[in-house]
Amino acid sequence: MTGQPLLSVRQLTTEFQLADKQVARALEDVSFDVLPGQTIGLVGESGCGKTTTLMSIMRLLPASGRIVAGHVYFKGTDLFALSEREMRLHRWKDMSIVFQGAMNALNPVMKIDDQIREAILLHNLMPREAAEKRVGELLETVGIPHARRDQYPHQYSGGMRQRGMIAMALACSPDLLFADEPTTALDVMIQAQVLELLKQIQKNLGLAIVLVTHDLGVIAEMCDAVVVMYGGKVAEYGPAELVYNQPQHPYTQRLLESFPDLSRSIEPSAGSPRRDALSEGQDLATIPGTPPRLNALPPGCRFSPRCHKSMEICTRVGPDLVDMAAPDSGARHLAACHLLTGMEITDL
Amino acid sequence: MNENWTLFKRNLRDFWQTFRRNKLGLLGGFLVLTAILAATFAPLLSPYKPTEVIRDANGRGLTFAPPSIHAPLGTDDAGRDIWSQLIYGARISLSVGFLAGFIAMFVGSLFGILAGYFGGRVDNLLMRVTDVLLVIPDLPLMLVLVATLRQMDLHISPLVVLIAVIGLLYWTSTARLIRSQVLTIKERQFVARSRAIGAGHGHIIRRHILPQIMPLIVANTVLIISTAILVESGLAFLGLGDPTQPSWGAMLNFAFDRSAVTNGAWWFYLPPGFAIVWVTLGCVLLGNVLEEMLNPRLTAHHLEGNQNMIAIKKQGDE
Repeated sequence: MTGQPLLSVRQLTTEFQLADKQVARALEDVSFDVLPGQTIGLVGESGCGKTTTLMSIMRLLPASGRIVAGHVYFKGTDLFALSEREMRLHRWKDMSIVFQGAMNALNPVMKIDDQIREAILLHNLMPREAAEKRVGELLETVGIPHARRDQYPHQYSGGMRQRGMIAMALACSPDLLFADEPTTALDVMIQAQVLELLKQIQKNLGLAIVLVTHDLGVIAEMCDAVVVMYGGKVAEYGPAELVYNQPQHPYTQRLLESFPDLSRSIEPSAGSPRRDALSEGQDLATIPGTPPRLNALPPGCRFSPRCHKSMEICTRVGPDLVDMAAPDSGARHLAACHLLTGMEITDL
Repeated sequence: MNENWTLFKRNLRDFWQTFRRNKLGLLGGFLVLTAILAATFAPLLSPYKPTEVIRDANGRGLTFAPPSIHAPLGTDDAGRDIWSQLIYGARISLSVGFLAGFIAMFVGSLFGILAGYFGGRVDNLLMRVTDVLLVIPDLPLMLVLVATLRQMDLHISPLVVLIAVIGLLYWTSTARLIRSQVLTIKERQFVARSRAIGAGHGHIIRRHILPQIMPLIVANTVLIISTAILVESGLAFLGLGDPTQPSWGAMLNFAFDRSAVTNGAWWFYLPPGFAIVWVTLGCVLLGNVLEEMLNPRLTAHHLEGNQNMIAIKKQGDE
């Protein structure tokens, strides 16, 4: 890991004000780095705080949300120290979002090219004629035919909308792209196309991508690093191949077991938990129970009620992140589980 | 610019294509349009000046004369032509109605948008003001206001007073309507997206909220105008209009004062009443149809979907 990170998230903690004065802690102590040109995956079940993380970084939380603690540094600038006016200048120009569900993120009564131009003109990046040309280039990049640029979102197919959304996200040449489940509600063929497009864009433009997804196959294919989130906390964080092949946290292990993966080779590799599951001729594993309600988090480790390896200590004390990478690898592979700290102690 | 213009023309043509298939809407449009034309070309359409006294061969005023060739709708107690007053009255009634309607619409939209968009304390403040106005009975409040303002000897035309009072009191329902619509729109994701691209509140309201509620505003304006015309007539009938200008309400007021009913002079009080019904009915029909047509949920892509379905079905049949 070389160079200064493009984005550093440090101990980010976000709360939502619920009705009757209750508070839901949606994020707690979330930290990770994004290096320039890197793709980092945020995985986890629904409601574990993936989208909230993005919205907190962009400072776009709804009125009920509040960032309680932590810092976000973008190229060294503390985003939380900026005024709203200064923050507005950073949005889209430095980091943009491809939203979950492009249909909803596009204004139904505005033409696609108008919506793309909107961002460019808003930031006064170039005069109108140049912006016109830029819109044409962007749409070409994402493969939308010229003839369809002045159509309305409802005249587009799902895949085209998502590609239009990506074109919009690239409008101000950001350094960082947040892709919030860019492939949900698209069919498999289109999903592949959209991911291919994202990959290509990253290769050509060299921007960093934070990819939020449920799909571990996507992570394996696209990401350099993975943040596995559970109940608003980071469960495991490390280079993609380490997290994928040597998952440390029981949650990551179960998550990988519960996911069919056709792209991985058939040969059994020792120590891979999902191989064990399949070789015994079992169905795909599921994780019993549901993610915790954020206003009624279990004491101790948040995963303990659903964890097959839960111990007595897990229900009392929350585990800290420990680095599980080999000391000479130079990488950091963090996981938060008492099993791991126990191992460390026995090692000593 | 040119492109926008052709688009506008196309939209207008599409709009007309849908509109002309709606019989009630056409009727409403016809009623409103004739009233506007009558008001515009009043001098051409009326044989006399509204204040002119028609005299017979002996130079005596034709008072309470029934409809005849000289006076198509008869004359009033002072021998003035009812038809001419009716036509000139359209000018007063319509201009008061339209201006007051526009003021109400402007204030209502402003309150609705600000309250709905910003929510929280702004919403609370603006909506409490609205509530207060909503619970005070309109008519007594207006009577008091108009009467007081006149007493104050401000040298403002009574018509201006009427317009201001009606306009500044009849925006409450509009504000609530717009607010509720804005509340749903601002939660849509494209509003979050435009915040994400770095847009400020002004930009979001102008580019994303306003275009979505514009249809509602247009349809509501037409409905508010009809209310404003009715209210103006009511106030004028109660003697709070401009006595020197023949509005329809003022005509009814005169007819009532000069015992037209007991004298059996039906031509004195029926025409203005009929004219009021004519315009308000027109506005209500037009407003309802516009609301139906411009409602975002009932337009373009749904219809297009239906047409596609029909096309697919036809293909299947073949």
